[in-house]
Amino acid sequence: MTHFPILSLLIWLPILAAIVVLIIGDDAHANKIRVLTLVTTLLSLVLCAVLWAQFSLTTYQFQFVENLSWIPAYNINYALGIDGISLPMVVLTVITTLTVILASWHVVQKHVAQYLATFLLMQGMVIGVFCATDTILFYMFWEAMLIPIYINIGMWGAERRVYASIKFFIYTFAGSVVMLVAILYLRAHAGSFAILDFYNLRLTQGEQDLIFIAFLLAFSVKVPMWPVHTWLPDAHTEAPAGGSVVLAALMLKLGIYGFMRFSLPITPDASHALSWLMIALALIAIVYIGLVAIVQTDMKRLIAYSSIAHMGFAVLGTFMVYLIMSNVANTGYAQMSLEGAMVQMVSHAFSTGALFIGVGILYARIHSRLISDYSGVARVLPVFAVFMMIFSLSNVGMPGTSGFIGEFFVILSAFKANFWIAFLAALTLILGAAYTLWMYKRVFFGKVTSEAVANLKPIEPAEFIALAILAFFVIFIGVYPQPLLNVFHASIGHLLDISLVSKL
Amino acid sequence: MQLLLTAILLPPLLGAILAGIFGTIIGRVASHRVTVLGVLISFICSCIIFKNFILDHQSTQNIIAYTWGTSGAFQFNVGFLIDNLTATMLMVVTSVSLLVHVYSIGYMRGDAGYQRFFSYISLFTFAMLMLITANNFFQLFFGWEAVGLVSYLLIGFWFTREPANFGSLKAFIVNRVSDVGFILGIGGVITLFGTVDFLPVLAQAPKVAASLPTISLFAGTSWSIITVICILLFIGAMGKSAQMPLHIWLPESMEGPTPISALIHAATMVTAGVYMVARLSPLYELSASALTFILVIGATTALFTGILGVVQNDIKRVIAYSTLSQLGYMVAALGASAFAAGIFHLVTHAAFKALLFLAAGSVILALHHEQDMRKMGGLRRYLPLTYSCFLVGALALAAIPPFSGFYSKDAIIEAVHLSTIHGASYAYVALMIGVFVTALYIFRAFFMTFHGSCSANSASQDNIRENGWVIWLPLVILAIASITIGMIVKHADALQLALHAFTSLPFWLAIAGIVTAWFCYVIRPAIPAMLANKFSWLYYILIKKYGFDDFNQIVFVRGTRALAQLLYNYGDQRLIDDGLVNGSGRLIQWISATLKRLQTGYIYNYALAMIIGVLALVLWQMLIA
Repeated sequence: MTHFPILSLLIWLPILAAIVVLIIGDDAHANKIRVLTLVTTLLSLVLCAVLWAQFSLTTYQFQFVENLSWIPAYNINYALGIDGISLPMVVLTVITTLTVILASWHVVQKHVAQYLATFLLMQGMVIGVFCATDTILFYMFWEAMLIPIYINIGMWGAERRVYASIKFFIYTFAGSVVMLVAILYLRAHAGSFAILDFYNLRLTQGEQDLIFIAFLLAFSVKVPMWPVHTWLPDAHTEAPAGGSVVLAALMLKLGIYGFMRFSLPITPDASHALSWLMIALALIAIVYIGLVAIVQTDMKRLIAYSSIAHMGFAVLGTFMVYLIMSNVANTGYAQMSLEGAMVQMVSHAFSTGALFIGVGILYARIHSRLISDYSGVARVLPVFAVFMMIFSLSNVGMPGTSGFIGEFFVILSAFKANFWIAFLAALTLILGAAYTLWMYKRVFFGKVTSEAVANLKPIEPAEFIALAILAFFVIFIGVYPQPLLNVFHASIGHLLDISLVSKL
Repeated sequence: MQLLLTAILLPPLLGAILAGIFGTIIGRVASHRVTVLGVLISFICSCIIFKNFILDHQSTQNIIAYTWGTSGAFQFNVGFLIDNLTATMLMVVTSVSLLVHVYSIGYMRGDAGYQRFFSYISLFTFAMLMLITANNFFQLFFGWEAVGLVSYLLIGFWFTREPANFGSLKAFIVNRVSDVGFILGIGGVITLFGTVDFLPVLAQAPKVAASLPTISLFAGTSWSIITVICILLFIGAMGKSAQMPLHIWLPESMEGPTPISALIHAATMVTAGVYMVARLSPLYELSASALTFILVIGATTALFTGILGVVQNDIKRVIAYSTLSQLGYMVAALGASAFAAGIFHLVTHAAFKALLFLAAGSVILALHHEQDMRKMGGLRRYLPLTYSCFLVGALALAAIPPFSGFYSKDAIIEAVHLSTIHGASYAYVALMIGVFVTALYIFRAFFMTFHGSCSANSASQDNIRENGWVIWLPLVILAIASITIGMIVKHADALQLALHAFTSLPFWLAIAGIVTAWFCYVIRPAIPAMLANKFSWLYYILIKKYGFDDFNQIVFVRGTRALAQLLYNYGDQRLIDDGLVNGSGRLIQWISATLKRLQTGYIYNYALAMIIGVLALVLWQMLIA
């Protein structure tokens, strides 16, 4: 290793900070703990800036590579590296953690150290998942990450937190175990645990199908895809605001990331053969879940369902490439489809994360998630209402916000796959507007009808900063996505190339 | 050129940001000053462009500002296409916007959301300018959605009022329904042409169409993909330009403040669909089926929404239905391939309809926000200037020569008359009857409002007086425009056309409409009530607006919610969550509870099990042997 181990630092710095924070522990030092946590994430942000600046846009190869022998007997390595698919995710992780810490600044007053430590741990471990290029390392981070979020929901959640956290844990864990079997099988053939070695493996259709399904079980739960999605609304509703944000902004991305990192390149023929199933499930997520979201009475549940619908777009964009390529010779449309899925992930993290922070702000003041308990909030908190309008519009897919790009790319390329896929996907224009703006109307517009709303405390400076950071990204990406898209091009292009070559 | 465009586009945006974000700091007066200044700069620069293109015949300019994003083989730019059509639209948008800005200083005085209002209308102006200057479908869609958004925000401007919130959400969602068509249309364009830029698409279109590309939407069918694209894009236009059956949001949009009804829901945004089809006219020319579709939709809207205007009692709603009807005329012109006539009517309509709305606003303001015409009457004595301006607007709308509406409507009717595509004769008849209906409803409103006896009580009558110059000056300017635009455009032929009108059927139909209105509402005011009684079934249909609202409310709104509730309760909660997920949990609990019984902890149980086991083993061994 010749260069500075920046990825390791990004992983272990927050974990180390978490340990320090836990050692300090006591709520008497709450402010010191908050500052320490904030400094840690700000340092991480600086590291991210360095990554972004040094990142080469012209190659699809892993960059900032680190490789240490870890368990030589089994050829397991501590191998890290990022490409154009993981870089945005790493940066996203840090920004999300930063906003969560800011948003909890005034709200969380009990067990501050423990609460913040769970987020620091998660930051390190999620970055670990995105950076690991050795599958055992990947798997370690993948599972370890569940512990802090499990504790976070179980400790700081609402009334049914225990039910929700156990459901979440068992659900995601059960899916992942099967993935481990697939990884071990691949190792037996490839001779190493390196992801890149798996890419070169020739596999029969039968093997590929089984491996694909094993990965699918792990990833589809995380996304989550219909019908394995019901843990998410429960987890989201019961989780504290920060937990919801991390769940939506980061955890859900791991599923799509897995599809792109494992399923497509390792089992291209199975991905091709089963793409009809994936497209069907994605369309169900978009239409069926979009409908279900309309009738939700609980704000967090509504946003949770909207998350599932939005992730449906990412799945659709990912697996539509095979259908597109069967209709057209050049890869332009397929690449737009995949990049649409990528942008959708990034954008969803900002806008949905922000919506959860917003609901958290309301919940901290009124202790209700029910839409019917609110009315006329815009009258009392006009600035907050403007922020929430921006995020709602991104959720609706309004051009000029980040939420537009992914949907736009996926719908445009879907036309090349099949008109009816494009049509069903485009229904999100109506459904998204219906559930988001109807909720907005009931919560923010109208007369102030309750004492509680009339006496809402204004938003705190830290909350304002968190919302402003997210609003900045939502609008900046919406107005000028080119810098973000440029990061994808080389890696997505390569991903497409290897995913379209048969391995039979 | 680039500098000029920047000077057109950015000032309204900056004004919106200043008034919106710093409005409370800089105060009310500074907020309206900065936004008015922004639009004024925009207007002056538009005049320069107008001069360069329309008068000096500069050639078409295609400018790329920056690359928004690239993906795959596709580039999405923020770019501008300036030609005669854009130059014309620039004039319409910036001039009406400027007048409405000034007017709003008076109309919105005292409103708590003053700065917010100015921020919104400036933002709207920016979005509309982005829409009409776009050189590609992507930016067109951006402007399209952005104007829709600001329209949504402005309809719901008084957000504590339930009807305003209902109307704004309805407007947004209905527009989104049409946007499904629009975005699919763009998908079709990029699929067929491999680009979203207007110039290459329009240049390639004839060649591509010659190869007769088809698409199979249903098994066994095959349709011309050009027709499919044209119709999909037109569905987008049907939402924005409020064509039947997607017209239902426009009457509800009247819940917003009156100045925005003039700017957004009469002069500019609602004409975006007309503009889009005209912009893509070379594409539409390639599909006779699409043109027939457009013609029939346009003519139907022109006639049937006009009829609804006759039974409305809210002055703004009458004008709203009139807008629907006039948009129908424009769309019909597009269907008859008379794109120039459509745009011509768009321009004249912008002037006289903005005039009518602002005059109505002046009345409403003078009457302290009374909109019901039954409570008006005789106002000509109190509001002489508003009265004259409204009359000019009404005459222009009724297409009486030499007012501007006459020239543009005449051109449309003539074009539809000459058209030979399917549906042209139906359209011609519908538009002809529409002329009568137009004159009838607008003069009905005119007589109800300004003639007859004043219904307001005498105490409040003393308070009715003309508003300040910020209100009447825009009215006068628009009135002058409504009188002159037609003659200016047709300069050499203006007189001859006007004289010819006296021998043509439309003119006499319009006169008949005015006379009928005069007879029914001034001479014999008992007639309307009698007719409503006698033809109560017809009256009921009209009052119910042909049942569109009820149908949508029951089938789409309630139906969707019922379906969603069903899916949630039974699909998600019962079947998946309770059945499969928690069911698995219960199954495992049941299995372990059952198996648990084996572990009783009593030695005699285990002994029994051992004996049974040994016996079974022995038995099995014996059977094998």
